[in-house]
Amino acid sequence: MKRRSPMLMTIVAFGYALLYVPIVSVVIYSFNGSRLVTLWGGFSLRWYASLLADKDLLGAALLSLRIAIVSATFATALGAIVALALHRVNRLRGRLLLSGMITAPLVMPEIITGLSLLFLFISMADLIGWPASRGATTITIAHITFSMAYVVVVVRARLAAMDESLEEAAMDLGGRPVAVFFDITVPMLLPALVSGWLLSFTLSLDDLVISSFVSGPGATTLPMLIFAKVRLGVTPDINAITTIIIALVVIIVVAATIISGRRGPVAARPADAGGQ
Amino acid sequence: MTDTTSTPLVQIREVTKRFGNVTAVDRVSLDFLRNELFAILGSSGCGKTTLLRLLAGFEQPTSGRILIDGVDATDVPPYDRPVNLMFQSYALFPHMTVAENVAYGLRKERVPAARIRERVAEMLAMVKLEPLAARKPDKLSGGEKQRVALARALVKRPKLLLLDEPLAALDKKLRQHTQFEIANLQYQLGTTFVVVTHDQGEAMTLASRIAVMADGRIAQVGTPGQVYEFPANRYVAGFVGNINLFEGRVTGVDGGRMSLRCEALGVELAVLSDEAIAPGSAACVAVRPEKITLSRQAPETKDRNLVKGTVWDLAYFGDQSLYRVRLKNGTELQVSAQNLRRSAKLTVEWDDEVYLSWEIASTILLLS
Amino acid sequence: MSDGTTNDGGHSLRWLRRMVTLPYLWLLLFFLAPFLIILKISFADPIVAQPPFTALLEWGEQGFTGLKTTFENYAFLFQDGYYGIIYLASLKMAGIGTLLCLMLGYPMAYFIVRQPPRRRQILLLAVILPFWISFLLRVYAWIGLLNNRGLINNFLISIGVIDHPLTMLYNDFAVYLGIVYSYLPFMIMPLYANLERLDLDLLDAAADLGARRWQAFVDVTVPLSVPGIIGGCLLVFIPAVGEFTIPALLGGADTLMIGRVLWDEFFINRDWPVASAVSVVLVLLLVAPILWFQRLQRREQEAAP
Repeated sequence: MKRRSPMLMTIVAFGYALLYVPIVSVVIYSFNGSRLVTLWGGFSLRWYASLLADKDLLGAALLSLRIAIVSATFATALGAIVALALHRVNRLRGRLLLSGMITAPLVMPEIITGLSLLFLFISMADLIGWPASRGATTITIAHITFSMAYVVVVVRARLAAMDESLEEAAMDLGGRPVAVFFDITVPMLLPALVSGWLLSFTLSLDDLVISSFVSGPGATTLPMLIFAKVRLGVTPDINAITTIIIALVVIIVVAATIISGRRGPVAARPADAGGQ
Repeated sequence: MTDTTSTPLVQIREVTKRFGNVTAVDRVSLDFLRNELFAILGSSGCGKTTLLRLLAGFEQPTSGRILIDGVDATDVPPYDRPVNLMFQSYALFPHMTVAENVAYGLRKERVPAARIRERVAEMLAMVKLEPLAARKPDKLSGGEKQRVALARALVKRPKLLLLDEPLAALDKKLRQHTQFEIANLQYQLGTTFVVVTHDQGEAMTLASRIAVMADGRIAQVGTPGQVYEFPANRYVAGFVGNINLFEGRVTGVDGGRMSLRCEALGVELAVLSDEAIAPGSAACVAVRPEKITLSRQAPETKDRNLVKGTVWDLAYFGDQSLYRVRLKNGTELQVSAQNLRRSAKLTVEWDDEVYLSWEIASTILLLS
Repeated sequence: MSDGTTNDGGHSLRWLRRMVTLPYLWLLLFFLAPFLIILKISFADPIVAQPPFTALLEWGEQGFTGLKTTFENYAFLFQDGYYGIIYLASLKMAGIGTLLCLMLGYPMAYFIVRQPPRRRQILLLAVILPFWISFLLRVYAWIGLLNNRGLINNFLISIGVIDHPLTMLYNDFAVYLGIVYSYLPFMIMPLYANLERLDLDLLDAAADLGARRWQAFVDVTVPLSVPGIIGGCLLVFIPAVGEFTIPALLGGADTLMIGRVLWDEFFINRDWPVASAVSVVLVLLLVAPILWFQRLQRREQEAAP
């Protein structure tokens, strides 16, 4: 190996510290017995217990999970179709518009996406009486719309890397188009579909801004609830939620990376995705 | 080996393929006989790959028909053609084992499972891959992948096997070995093999017949010997092997013999030809480097063409030497000579004055 | 069927063509239409009603009777210096945040690329991993660290570096920190992808021709990584301009960022036409960097083997 510059090492160490110190500190303080952030009141699980007792929070978490699962599933299906169409169909009618509409959500500030969707829902309610009220359904629609864009990016990257002669080979060996699609295309795209789904799922679970706009009375997602709480400062039960989420994410991500080999779904995220 | 008496297995009739305003294949007519190993030779972009894809059914001709075994197959999709293709990239399914890859075609044919196992085993034995049956393709070497691809394409016993640059991805040593293997396999199975390649050496050693393609058209079809010794035109002459080519003008025709004035050589050359050409018309004369004899003394000139020059450059290869001889007017000729006698000293050296002579019968006349 | 289309296309492509209508309509309805509506409302008069703006297109008895537009909302944006200042402040905050991100991200990407493959994998995973954890919660985590009585101040006081807590939260510093922290992976990934492609022989060639290590870095590595630098910077800058969560949680009352102002305009002032006009201007501000980014991506795709 080459000589290491102490300056470079310091910067790198600082960078990784920056990435991990906040997360680690939250995890540690989630086990703090004291209500005060400054004081270590001994190891305790009381914040985890208080989570279980918090009906609002459990409700919000369930709602968020429901929305995330539904929207990730729809976004993956729709996004895969768009990616395939953009990649395969040479002369797609309105191709430019489609590829524009599918990349724009990646760079559109979420606050504008949220605002514009809200206006749409209001106008639609005026015109056709649907959606009569905003809530889980409108949030799900909004999440599908922006998650789709991320799925398309991930699936297109995979399609671009895929050897097209694989499908031709299958066809040459007697596979009809439908058989080839399920024998070759789907298995080849599976890692991208899985990472697209996971990406959509976490984006949905994480979304605060867009949900806040398109939600209505009674539909409070987990991020909305957390935001309302943390605006007032640090609260220990949020530390506990964070820790649970971190544990889940680490387990899923590490498992997915091990299962899918080197280019796991994790690696797909920031490189391919366009923005927060 | 070649059975010319029966009807051709494949008849390509006036096939044209255009992509937008690019004509990739231009009015090609070509027959493949039963049991032959045929090579389509051409540089990249000459349309040979498109022709292959037309044969496999991945592309449809803009006009023209393709008959396989007497049946019009032009509109038959690839999955219903008795044709299999070995892809240049091999296109092995990465999520299937070697055995599963080979079995895929039979599974799609709904062959009973027991029969599939038998035939896969048989095929793997033939390409000596039994120990690797359970491996995934990414755990194979280049040569092993190539054999899996071959086995997979042959297991369905196609009437026609297409091989797209079968040796391109292999290193030099393996390439020679594989050449013999492919030729051997073709002989054993009696299937018609059509190899597409850009490598003339490969085409010459593998194939019993070669079609040279240029700009979407067939420039010449023939045995390797015909293509090399009797090229039909300048393109083929230049593409296959090394050659010295000179422009000339016909000065006299006398029976089967013709004389041409070659300004580049500063001499009059004699050529054997039955072509009816009027004196004064332009033609091209060519001679292969190995047909030229190099000597320091003036040679016998009966039935030989002769020029004089100076050795400008020479390359010693051990078994043979390659000379570049420059004439007084600056024209250069390539001459190759076998080093027949054992000697550390070259008989002809740099700057030697030499005579170059070759038989009139070895002189090639090219009219196009 | 004769030109360009291939046989394999036949069924599957027809199927695909038909299927794509669904996401197409979806995007038209839920992405394009909303944006057109925002455009429309930005030209409407605010009224005290639900919804609080006048209809732009009036359908009378005889159908369409006219287009009512007002440029008042835009005039308001430009006359009222407040918004101009906020746009500039947002661009400045995003710009400085991006530069800080680059200053930290470049050395990290450079370092990671030079590790043996196995370690490279792990270091890269470590950069990306936090991204799968809620953005909101990660930003929140800084509150506990930066507080006057938070971990960092407590630590500094306990080792005697300072005796009064430093004000690190609810100000611009915290927002910069939040931007760098949140978007660091967006900076590192394109830089990494770019630096990974750098032919190390070039550095050896530079050394062979007499360049010292840092000279080779400045003369060879940096110029060749310009596409990565631009890509990473745009990837950070574009979302940072419209960022809401970071200034909302970490910023002070005087931290002016357009995302936050927009939120307030909408949820607190309920001035929808002005909020719409603010959005339209924000999108216009971002058009140039977005187009730049897309052109860069296209070129990268073409250049990729």
